[in-house]
Amino acid sequence: MYFPVTAGILQKKVADVKAVDGISFFIKKGETLGLVGESGCGKTTTGRCILQLYEGMRGKIIFDGTDLTQLKREQMRRMRRHMQLIFQDPFASLDPRMTAGEIIGEPLKVHGLAKGREYRDQVAELFRMVELEPFMADRYPHEFSGGQRQRIGIARALAVRPSFIVCDEPVSALDVSIQAQIIILLERLREELSLTYLFIAHDLSVVRNISDRVAVMYLGRIVEITDSDELYANPLHPYTVALLSAVPIPDPSVDRTRERIILTGDVPSPINPPRGCNFHPRCQQAIDICKEETPELRNIGGEHWVACHLVK
Amino acid sequence: MATTTDEVILQVKELKTYFYTQEGEVKAVDGLSYFVRRGESVGLVGESACGKSVSALSVLRLIPYPPGIIVGGEIMFQGRDLLKASEEDMRHIRGNRIAMVFQEPTTSLNPVLTVKRQISESLELHRGMDKDASLQETIRLLRLVGIPDAERRAQDYPFQFSGGMQQRIMIAMALSCDPALLIADEPTTSVDVTVQAQLLEIIAELRERLGTAVIIITHNLGVVARYVDRVNVMYAGKLVETAPTDELYSRPKHPYTIGLLASVPRLDSERKKSLRVIKGLPPNLSRLPGGCSFHPRCDYAMDRCRTESPVLEEVGPEHLRACFYDAAKLKKY
Repeated sequence: MYFPVTAGILQKKVADVKAVDGISFFIKKGETLGLVGESGCGKTTTGRCILQLYEGMRGKIIFDGTDLTQLKREQMRRMRRHMQLIFQDPFASLDPRMTAGEIIGEPLKVHGLAKGREYRDQVAELFRMVELEPFMADRYPHEFSGGQRQRIGIARALAVRPSFIVCDEPVSALDVSIQAQIIILLERLREELSLTYLFIAHDLSVVRNISDRVAVMYLGRIVEITDSDELYANPLHPYTVALLSAVPIPDPSVDRTRERIILTGDVPSPINPPRGCNFHPRCQQAIDICKEETPELRNIGGEHWVACHLVK
Repeated sequence: MATTTDEVILQVKELKTYFYTQEGEVKAVDGLSYFVRRGESVGLVGESACGKSVSALSVLRLIPYPPGIIVGGEIMFQGRDLLKASEEDMRHIRGNRIAMVFQEPTTSLNPVLTVKRQISESLELHRGMDKDASLQETIRLLRLVGIPDAERRAQDYPFQFSGGMQQRIMIAMALSCDPALLIADEPTTSVDVTVQAQLLEIIAELRERLGTAVIIITHNLGVVARYVDRVNVMYAGKLVETAPTDELYSRPKHPYTIGLLASVPRLDSERKKSLRVIKGLPPNLSRLPGGCSFHPRCDYAMDRCRTESPVLEEVGPEHLRACFYDAAKLKKY
């Protein structure tokens, strides 16, 4: 997914922001796939592309056997019942002029799923599902705390009984002691409602905890995907290794024993990514081929995929 | 409170900073005491609205009035009470003897001045350097914090640098006058993890080289574990526990600290390891519960906790905590 960079009065395209530059992956039913990477790596764009929220995307998104990119607008609209999004910002994503009840019930109205008594019952049920009291339905977003607002956002996503939810940094804006509450809630809901999650976050500790498998992105590409435990125990891509070592463990006796790899420089701009492997300028192990050829994402065994010339 | 003979350069005593708002009196900092020794690094840890940032701004007398006032306490810095100093004296101290690095570099770097101008201005003002000397020193500092191509880039404006680079420039500015104390307020919250690592390593390196004491204000328990010698845990404007880092993480003795440590996901724990939850909501500083502010969320709350406010007591070497529950019965989960 490239975003055009325009200049001048006529908005002529002068370059592309290569937000997502050729990625392929799958998500199994019932699993949580974590998508991690730093700012500008393309993880949020990926999540939104899956939900077909952008024009100009290239490639295919096959959801439950159907290629979403081939659907007409009305068909896609009906498809959206099955796939929802939870946003990062519990402040900006709720309409301040709607009550909590209206926000949560809106999808039911939009998709014509319930009316009258049944509508009220379902809204109440949704409140309870996210551990809020139904009597709070008449309150406005500003009357709730950050964590409660996030619960409202989750309830809204659940209203249409989706099977797949893209969680885009759902806990980053919350206080540490509230993050655990929301993580546990999401896990419980996943089990009870048989959901599948794409969990996008920059906090590796959170992702590691909640995900079955994790994909690491760098500058628009996936550099490594594997089982969550395997990624931590046996990271293979140099970027993954550096990323993991940069995350301190809240336990000095453990943290002290770890090797620290400090990357030099900044992340390059996605407008002008480096040739070949886009990590090579910062990679301590780069060899000649890394500067010329983009490495393929390959399964090196046990469903552990890595895109690196040095890994066989 | 200090028990060794290493020189204490900052001693905050019973600091109280209140804000007067439409919701009433907000006791942002309500009787805070802690100290910093020469050359050591101290963490000030807590969640939003616990008072950690307000306490740092209080030290530098940067609390906006209205609506905020420092209503009580002492801030002894190198032997003098900053709360009794004149504004002129404070101007001499800020950015010179005590420097601060903020969370958002965009708010503390002047967008219309070049980086060179901003740093050298400070050097000329505080260290009495002439233009040539200050320029050389500016370039040296930029190199020290890892700005590539420093001589050329010194002439750029802040917006021409990435977020991580701006943070480094702020660190360069902060250290330009060789302060005795550097206060870093959430220095890593708005940057990526790999940049966070770079910045904290720079601060640590510079601390070793220059002997600067550092206060790191953060909510990130991992950063604290790695980069500070002693930790002060704050909740609702008060200090609830303080201890040397290893001691705090292995033998926490306040229910809030224990709860926090158990609720934070760790890179090295198993997948789907259950996190413990601190029940309830963060405190509303304009409507604090009576007694111990933490009691509504505490697994160990007793009747006494609802009406009386606990004071700090020693539970180990340099280890204090404010809680009525028997310390011997409290262990990390």
